[in-house]
Amino acid sequence: MKAQKVNVKKGILTSILSLIALTQLFPLYWLLMFSLKDNVEISGANILGFPRVWRWEHYVRALTDSDIPRYFINSVIYSSVTVILSGLLAAMAGYGITRMKWKLKGAVFGIFVLGIMVPTHAALLPLFQVLDFLGLKGGYLGLVLPYIAFAIPMSVMILSSFYTAIPREIEEAAYIDGCGIMKTFVAIILPIVKPAIATSSIFAFLGTWNELLFANTLIDNGLYKTLTVGIMSFAGQYSTEWGLIGAGMVIATVPTIIIYFMLSNQVQQSIIAGAIKG
Amino acid sequence: MDKVLSSKRYIALFVVPAFLIFIAFAIIPLIVTGVYSFFEYDGAGEKIFIGFQNYIDLFVKDEYFIKALLNTLILAGASILIQLPISLTIALILAKGVKGEKFFRTVYFVPVVISSMVIGQLWLKVFNSQYGLLNVVIRFFGAKDFEYSWLSNESTAFLTTVVPSVWQYIGYHMLILYAGIKSISSDYYEAAQIDGANNFQVASKITMPLLAPVIKTCTVFALVGSLRAFDLVYIMTGGGPNRASEVPATLMYNNLFRRGLYGYGSAQAFFIVIECIVVSIIVNRIFKKSENNASAI
Repeated sequence: MKAQKVNVKKGILTSILSLIALTQLFPLYWLLMFSLKDNVEISGANILGFPRVWRWEHYVRALTDSDIPRYFINSVIYSSVTVILSGLLAAMAGYGITRMKWKLKGAVFGIFVLGIMVPTHAALLPLFQVLDFLGLKGGYLGLVLPYIAFAIPMSVMILSSFYTAIPREIEEAAYIDGCGIMKTFVAIILPIVKPAIATSSIFAFLGTWNELLFANTLIDNGLYKTLTVGIMSFAGQYSTEWGLIGAGMVIATVPTIIIYFMLSNQVQQSIIAGAIKG
Repeated sequence: MDKVLSSKRYIALFVVPAFLIFIAFAIIPLIVTGVYSFFEYDGAGEKIFIGFQNYIDLFVKDEYFIKALLNTLILAGASILIQLPISLTIALILAKGVKGEKFFRTVYFVPVVISSMVIGQLWLKVFNSQYGLLNVVIRFFGAKDFEYSWLSNESTAFLTTVVPSVWQYIGYHMLILYAGIKSISSDYYEAAQIDGANNFQVASKITMPLLAPVIKTCTVFALVGSLRAFDLVYIMTGGGPNRASEVPATLMYNNLFRRGLYGYGSAQAFFIVIECIVVSIIVNRIFKKSENNASAI
């Protein structure tokens, strides 16, 4: 009797959890279907079901007859440069703050933490002016530099919480074996904090790939536009062709989903290990 | 080893590059915004120092700012009262161990990785008055000619942006809370079991107090995220209709980049910064008090 009751309870619980899972996955389904329908279906005739005709030609058009491939490459450039450089800089800074001995490290760490709390858009106007003054506004460098700057604090925080957990003995052993600081850092410390690097990378990647405000304000030349902004302007330009816009949105979403599923194990592991407890 | 680890050369090599970039492209611009906020300045002409006048104008002269501020407070309230409890409930259920724990954990996080541009387009379609999913469902349940326009009605426009904001980050808070629950040592639970505590007692006397620091982090993220909200409002309503769904960040953007009010827009920007800092300090204080109380028991 009791076992049966527990089973019923478990069944109800699983159904509720599954229902929530459906609402969280719904955007992916909706998006894919949306991208394969025509306007008539999207605007009323068939809002939820499978497309009556699967219109893959939206993707062909998006990939051959629009600026989406260029925007895509731009976004890849912005994101990969940001992830690599912010990751490298933050990994070094985090190590310097948590493992090296100097007076002001608390204050420096505090300034990085502050960077997580303050809204980045408050920095937009002065950045706009100074990048303009330096002739960097509107190009790759003019967007990537702020992106790196804004990705650093979170990465420093995630990595620092991992560095602190590394026992001193590991470093000591390396030094006794005659490893220099660089070799110890690269060959011994970095491999230990791999899950933290995965986590900070995915946050830096998402923050850059999906970023809207800076990309929209600092880039006015179509050549350097990001995918997110490009598709947004698309929605104005081709507002009569929703399927095409949908294809663009799928193309913009697929990389984030792939990278998330590739790294989700490490990300979850490192969050569970206490990376983002603050 | 200590000698190497306190070598100024290496400390500089490791810390300075990141710190310099961060200072140059984040902190200094923020300070400059703070400075601009005390001036009347349109970008081209001269800067005229006017003290706190811009800040006074926010509350005295600006017909939209207080409304925008209230909107972010509504969003903050929804995050604290709806989003976090849902995240916490799911986290508690998952952490207790259910079939497919890992699957659910992974799937609930999916909306977090999707760009707000896509999320915004999705919910625009959901709230569409003619063919939106919401109205279709309402019509299905009887109200045949229901064509209420959620997005273009002043009283509901902002709410259409609150729903996706709250929904999108449920999985994010869930994961952090889940991690927090998992890190609580099982010794506590075993002791409670031996003492014959029931589920509710375990949750209220053990899990909650030990989870307080994690709940604090989530509360700060949820509040700060609400106060600086921009993306979904910008995409879905653009602050309309009749500016009913503006938030401080969209007003700021409009003043800075459409109207060229550099001084005034900077005051709005800096107000959001101060708000965020003050709120995180207050939340930390509140939780410190409750943590002290908890340890007194």
